[in-house]
Amino acid sequence: MNRTLAAAAIIVAAVAALLLLGKRTADAPSVDETQYAWRDDLTAEQRLRVAQVTAAPNDWSVAQPFEENAGGATTTRAMNSPNAFSQPSENLSLEGRQQFALGNALFRKIWVTSPASTQASDGLGPLYNARACQRCHLKDGRGHPPEHPGDEATSLLLRVAIEPRNDTERKAIEDGELLTIPDRVYGGQIQDVAVPGVVAEGKVLLSYDEAPFALAGGESVTLRAPTFLLGDLGYGPLEQGALVSPRIAPAMIGLGLLEAVDANDILAWADPDDADGDGISGRAQMVRAGGDEEWVLGRFGWKAAAPSLKAQAAGAFFNDMGISSSLHPVAAGECTDAQSDCLAAPSGVQDALGPYEASDEVLDLVTFYTANLAVPARRDVDSPSVLAGKQLFTEAGCAACHRPSFVTRNDAPQEELRFQLIWPYTDMLLHDMGEALSSGRTVGKANGREWRTTPLWGLGLTEAVSGHEQLLHDGRARNVLEAILWHGGEATDARNAIVEMDPAEREALLAFLYSL
Amino acid sequence: MYEDSYARAGDLSAAIDALVTTPSAESLEAARAAWLDARVPYQQSEVFRFGNPLVDDWEGRVNAWPLDEGLIDYVDPSYGQQSDANPLYTVNVISNTAPLINGAEIDAGEINAALLTDVLHEAGSIEANVATGYHAIEFLLWGQDLNGTAEGAGDRPASDFATGDACTGGNCERRIAYLQAATQLLLDDLDEMVGLWGSDGAARKRLVDDPVAGVNAMISGMGSLSYGELAGERMKLGLVLHDPEEEHDCFSDNTHNSHYYNQIGIANVYWGEYERIDGTTVKGASLSGLAADELPALAAELDTAIGAATDALTALKQRGDGVEAYDQMIGEGNAEGQQTIEVAVDALVAQTQPLEQLVAALELGSVYIEGSDSLDDPSAVFQ
Repeated sequence: MNRTLAAAAIIVAAVAALLLLGKRTADAPSVDETQYAWRDDLTAEQRLRVAQVTAAPNDWSVAQPFEENAGGATTTRAMNSPNAFSQPSENLSLEGRQQFALGNALFRKIWVTSPASTQASDGLGPLYNARACQRCHLKDGRGHPPEHPGDEATSLLLRVAIEPRNDTERKAIEDGELLTIPDRVYGGQIQDVAVPGVVAEGKVLLSYDEAPFALAGGESVTLRAPTFLLGDLGYGPLEQGALVSPRIAPAMIGLGLLEAVDANDILAWADPDDADGDGISGRAQMVRAGGDEEWVLGRFGWKAAAPSLKAQAAGAFFNDMGISSSLHPVAAGECTDAQSDCLAAPSGVQDALGPYEASDEVLDLVTFYTANLAVPARRDVDSPSVLAGKQLFTEAGCAACHRPSFVTRNDAPQEELRFQLIWPYTDMLLHDMGEALSSGRTVGKANGREWRTTPLWGLGLTEAVSGHEQLLHDGRARNVLEAILWHGGEATDARNAIVEMDPAEREALLAFLYSL
Repeated sequence: MYEDSYARAGDLSAAIDALVTTPSAESLEAARAAWLDARVPYQQSEVFRFGNPLVDDWEGRVNAWPLDEGLIDYVDPSYGQQSDANPLYTVNVISNTAPLINGAEIDAGEINAALLTDVLHEAGSIEANVATGYHAIEFLLWGQDLNGTAEGAGDRPASDFATGDACTGGNCERRIAYLQAATQLLLDDLDEMVGLWGSDGAARKRLVDDPVAGVNAMISGMGSLSYGELAGERMKLGLVLHDPEEEHDCFSDNTHNSHYYNQIGIANVYWGEYERIDGTTVKGASLSGLAADELPALAAELDTAIGAATDALTALKQRGDGVEAYDQMIGEGNAEGQQTIEVAVDALVAQTQPLEQLVAALELGSVYIEGSDSLDDPSAVFQ
């Protein structure tokens, strides 16, 4: 080898080494080291790591480290079966598994009318939507709208609210005393079943109007727009200005992890006045829980109105099943002063078993269960079409609201949920979704058009768990693509970007979404 | 154990054929006895369910519980005529050829395996719609236990399987078809599981190919059955609620045996021994041997704890055989009965503590977390 060649070889090697080094640096996204300054649960070194693992990738052609385990160490294997959403957090101790099993049994438990020989199980109603949690949260997955005339509506219910009519009502909502203005007679929710001797409030009537929606590349999709009405009104007409709005039971996975996300991680992402001009606002729902004077971040429910899983579970016990608990102490459930038969019906409280129909032990076990339904592992994270779809998802702007990842608090109350890198694809904030999806009524800080970004983890297993893919708050979308096409408001540009994609790109985008 | 379960299910099938050929108090009694015998090996096999996805995915078809019996056959009016918790609560498919599921009429003109598995089982995504497995057969052989937490099991008359005018309960031919279809499905499902554990079977390979994963699966199966499933859901909840619905084999009042043989299954895995239904013993290398070689002090602790749990479950079985049924024990105010169950719950929990220590001491990693430790791997776990 002559000198020149040798020198050239050295240069080639050096360039290759530089390229390798360059690639290596590119792999770890450069991040602002002052990020996550509010995370007093982390060391400076941990904050930097968190900033790096939650940053967008530089190289879209490879899967990101850890992304297959969407729920961190709690992630369960992906089962292509109806039980895919019913597994406990993978890292639960045996003791935790026992609590989970007890909570699961209570989740399935059928509550009965008072008085009954099984005293610990009575207290149902008098007005209710369902007798067991599992009856709406079918297989811990999504509910569905009524499918045929005469079908039970159970896994979908109607909320009822009036837009604030005067300064007193506006102030009550602004101050957090009320989330909504209820109907004087029907309250805030329609219970479509009642115990014997009490009249049910009404029945859900549903019809659809179908219209085609054209996509680039010559494809067309038929969208169905639902109309929900209330029939068989048990207590006369609704109050003037009262509007019903449907809510379907959501998937139950990963909720404890979302509860363990630092509130400031969520608030830091909010941009209520769209200061950065990207067309996306993102507002935090703030509520005052149970008479608490402190405003806290709302996280759960379609309007993010529940600040904690315990509040959400107690609210569901009370509103959906008529079961009282320490957070909702009235045994008569959601009956108003105008519903005297409901108020007079026997309660399920027995002195020997404590002052509530569901004891704190029962409420805590159910809450623990809902916090530990594990997120299944993603599939095909390395597949080129999934990776291409992930990039398209981000470039179209979807990830501006469907925020890919967080690292949970390192001091979360439950050990198994601490310091987990999770991939829920939600920012936990409220966004304007447009008039077509509007509920028409204010809920706390959310106006009718605003909904909390729905987590997308587990989305691809919806069909396996539920036997359908009826998505959005009322189940109008019949698959993921339809759900995308219903996005309006702040999501209009992102939706249009997908409409204008060529069919192969859209297919890749869907491949990514189904890998979640 | 699956071979024995299959053999006993075969005996059950023969006894049921005899029952429907000649329905009488004796032939019904013989079929019930065959069902009770069939539970003995099966309950011992349940320890293989947790930690073995192939078994866990399959189990729902065979042993699902609790079950809304009104889906299958007639029930007492006190059961309630309807339940929004389950719109199929009193569908009674034996008398109803065109029930509604989610508001749509289904064709149940012919009762066969496909109707049970594809249409009725978990119909409407409701887990209490259990149309197949041991407990569906149990309900058809015993009928509802209408005694609450008082004495007595289900008391279905043999004439529910009679033909012509002698038939009681209506639609005896459809009831017979249901019972025979459910029994054949049980046999088919058990046959499938025997295959999965055969020399080339996927369930066996999964445990043998990776010995660390195999030992992990053994221990997590013992621990999860003992602590969460048995001590928790199947026993402790009954103590909290005093509800006769909280009884695992509720039609036959066989719950005490069902729990007892679960514990025998746990002990079998530890000792590496199983007494077959023909009285012979299968023996092999054992967890107890591994522990004794590597960690004698912990092995002694495990021997004691597993022995104590077996003793406590034996006491429960003896009370169930000789004094009162399990649903009576959980009745409100029955302090002695509840005490027997509490002792068993505590012993089941106690035996899992040294099991968790064993996992740590053998450096098997966590029982539950599998995955690569390479940080570039998308399947790694961030820590």
